[in-house]
Amino acid sequence: MTEPLTTPAHIAQSIGLTTEEVFVGHHAGAAKAMRLENVTVTFGGRAAVRGVTFDAYQREVTALIGPSGSGKTTLLRALNRMHDTVRSAAVTGTVMLGDTDVYGRSTDPTLLRSRVGMVFQRPNPFPTMSIYENAVAGLRFNGVRKKSLLDEAAESSLVAAALWDSVRDRLKVHASTLSGGEQQRLCIARALAVEPEVLLMDEPTSALDPIATKRIEELIGELKDRVTIIIVTHNMQQAMRVSDRCAFLLMGEDRTGELIEFNSTSKLFSEPDDPRTLDYINGRFG
Amino acid sequence: MSISGSPSPGTARRTWRLAVPDRTYRILLGVAGGIFAALLIAFVVAMATQAVPAFSKLGVSFLWGSNWDPAHNHFGVLPFAVGTIETTVIAVALAVPIGLGTALALAYLAPRRLRAPLSTAVELLAAVPSVVYGLWGLVAVAPLFRTTVEPQLTSVLGWTGLLGGPNQGVGLLLAGVILFIMVLPTMVAISRDVLAAVPHDQVEGAMALGATRWQVLRKVIVPGARVGLLGAFTLATGRALGETVAVALVIGNSAHLAPSLKANAGTIPSLIVSSFGEASGTQLNVLFAAALVLLVVGIGVNALARVFVRSVKRSGAASVTVA
Amino acid sequence: MSSISFDSSLDPILSRRAAIQKIAASSIARRKVYSKVAISVCLLCLVVALIPLVAIITYVAAKGIPAWNADFFTQVTKPEGIPNGGVWNAIVGSLIIDGIAVAASVPFGILGGLFLAESDGPAAAAVRFSADILTGVPSITIGIFGYIVWVKTVGSYSGFAGAFAIAIIMLPVIMRAAETAIRGVPVTLREAGLSLGARRSTVARRVVLPAALPGLLTGVLLAVARGAGETAPLLFTIFGNQFFQANPTKAMEALPQAIYTYSSQPYNDLIQIAWGAALLLMVVILVLNVGSRLMAARLRRERR
Repeated sequence: MTEPLTTPAHIAQSIGLTTEEVFVGHHAGAAKAMRLENVTVTFGGRAAVRGVTFDAYQREVTALIGPSGSGKTTLLRALNRMHDTVRSAAVTGTVMLGDTDVYGRSTDPTLLRSRVGMVFQRPNPFPTMSIYENAVAGLRFNGVRKKSLLDEAAESSLVAAALWDSVRDRLKVHASTLSGGEQQRLCIARALAVEPEVLLMDEPTSALDPIATKRIEELIGELKDRVTIIIVTHNMQQAMRVSDRCAFLLMGEDRTGELIEFNSTSKLFSEPDDPRTLDYINGRFG
Repeated sequence: MSISGSPSPGTARRTWRLAVPDRTYRILLGVAGGIFAALLIAFVVAMATQAVPAFSKLGVSFLWGSNWDPAHNHFGVLPFAVGTIETTVIAVALAVPIGLGTALALAYLAPRRLRAPLSTAVELLAAVPSVVYGLWGLVAVAPLFRTTVEPQLTSVLGWTGLLGGPNQGVGLLLAGVILFIMVLPTMVAISRDVLAAVPHDQVEGAMALGATRWQVLRKVIVPGARVGLLGAFTLATGRALGETVAVALVIGNSAHLAPSLKANAGTIPSLIVSSFGEASGTQLNVLFAAALVLLVVGIGVNALARVFVRSVKRSGAASVTVA
Repeated sequence: MSSISFDSSLDPILSRRAAIQKIAASSIARRKVYSKVAISVCLLCLVVALIPLVAIITYVAAKGIPAWNADFFTQVTKPEGIPNGGVWNAIVGSLIIDGIAVAASVPFGILGGLFLAESDGPAAAAVRFSADILTGVPSITIGIFGYIVWVKTVGSYSGFAGAFAIAIIMLPVIMRAAETAIRGVPVTLREAGLSLGARRSTVARRVVLPAALPGLLTGVLLAVARGAGETAPLLFTIFGNQFFQANPTKAMEALPQAIYTYSSQPYNDLIQIAWGAALLLMVVILVLNVGSRLMAARLRRERR
């Protein structure tokens, strides 16, 4: 079949589904992309973050904010089961991705990670691969081999990451020739190519210069229709700029992080419910 | 340990007198260091001077002559060059996959607590003296080859035409396998280090995309370490090329161009060590010439390997951009 | 069915998502099995790599221990057919030759290590490079070098020639270990000495070297382990001697060389002696090796 796979009917037909089946998942009342209930992460018995409950809504950007050490990154990494490889780590509570129990017995972590992507603090493109190969790496890992699908996903994700125009003529070039900001956008494209439902971002701009940071913040706004974004940031202004809702975490006296307040961004930064949130906003602690 | 300057004047004076002026000290150190470079040069020069008469008397053709018959003044070393290459190929062909698998296991797959002791165990293989390898190969392994390994291999792979002739135990195949065991620790130790040095954030990046463990190893870690792995491979090859005593004991020592892997053969080092005692005149010069070739190849291979391994350490595996 | 009101520009994305998920879900089982199999193969490689070590140690021990009797350690080698031979001459020879080699290579190795630790220019790079190459060069060529330089010029085989060759093998090992050990001495110690007005050589001798002593010792142990096991260099320099000979200016016998000579003999009692000697040599070298590792490990722990 030489027609491009751009219409739902075509795609549905090529993979043997009906058009209804293709769209059911997107509509089944899932206004909440991810639900967290009483989530606790412990390392060797000691809790790093405890009792977190909030929801991340579809087509929104949810930010995890708070001073360093409050467990934001630990919590984020629990959402795509990155702690599975750490022997001493244990995650309790409930994490739901749509209808799927993320930590359920029948849920495969490897398969889960194709639905929940992650972008890291320091850009980590694969240095031995070209730009194109980086972009399609996730697809290849998940067993996709059809060239037309790979090409299409690569172009779509590179366009979405605002990288297509500058790299379209040098797709075979090694990824390490890109600048820091471009590399991070390549990592975003790489994560997007797999078409995850949720994209986790762990302080994605903290290693970049202000201009690159601004570009990525603009990108986040453009992307949220396509993927639900949960972003960890220690930069309050960034949270204000990009997020729709914020979850404020703080480390208690027992050195365990707790969710202090979860609210829409505008409310949290103007009239927070909790006095500790107010203190944080006013810069009383870093 | 006392730092001069603090004790009583009497002791201080004694210490000063034993002290050497700084300039002399630096010169002394420089000489000591220079000895190494000088040694290497003297090495090549000495070998070359002894080898030159061979070239002047026989030209260069003896290097690929296939007839080694000193009694009749035939000094073709080709059979031994071929034997060297064949044993090295067998050794490296076995050492690369098994060494890589072992290195991956030690770097990422084995239970964490066992990694260090098991790594040490593999490295201890390198501590066994080569003469012990030779003796063990000759007495313990050769009969096994003769009765079991060679017949089995011949029945499975005989169609390749490489396994003709009787099953003797000793020969090229055994030498290749013993060499494999001897170069394995080198291959494993270096490979393990470069594989473990691949930055962890690349591993996490692959995991976060939904890669299985093996996919991470194969598509991210091994490619990320490939320059260092090349260095390990080169070093292992160098070691296999130059190994003398173990090979001499198990290869059967024949001067004929071996028609099969099961045949007796010789390598350049085994030739030198077995005929040096009785050699004189031109034959001796030829042996020196062979040793010179061995030296030059050894230096070249080693230098190449160090370049590979050094470049990994210098640039850090993260920014390797070798196309 | 399209009564749904959503952004239709998402259509391709949603359908691509469904397509990808379908492929991922249907292939996950196969991918996981493949991963498990491949990982098992790697672990199998590890087992294969360990088998020779166990095999060789047990075999040599089984064959060698019966050879260890009083005669073995006290008698010199007797010609074939005469019983009660031993390797006393080889043991003494090895001790003397390796002893001389160590005595010759340690001072140069330490000085070289000081040089490398204290300078950084192209000269140092060239020296380091030469030392690295020297460690990798086939030991047979070192033996031949020893032959050319010592045996040919002096006119006869001798223990000194063998010690010369073994020293060349030990030198780079000691030097690199010395460099590492000396670099490990805190810079503050050296600066303290210099600031008190001491000459650099004094600081080196009384501050740096004593502090680096454990590391230096480890390096020497490692070098001895390497040098004592080498056979090829000896074959061209000491010639071997079935009689007792402690004079290093004469041809001598050494353990590795004795093993090699008697391995190729068709007489049972000589082969028996070869096994005994092989076990002895292997045990000594393994002990030296393990010892130097333990020392290095303890050093690293103390440093923390």
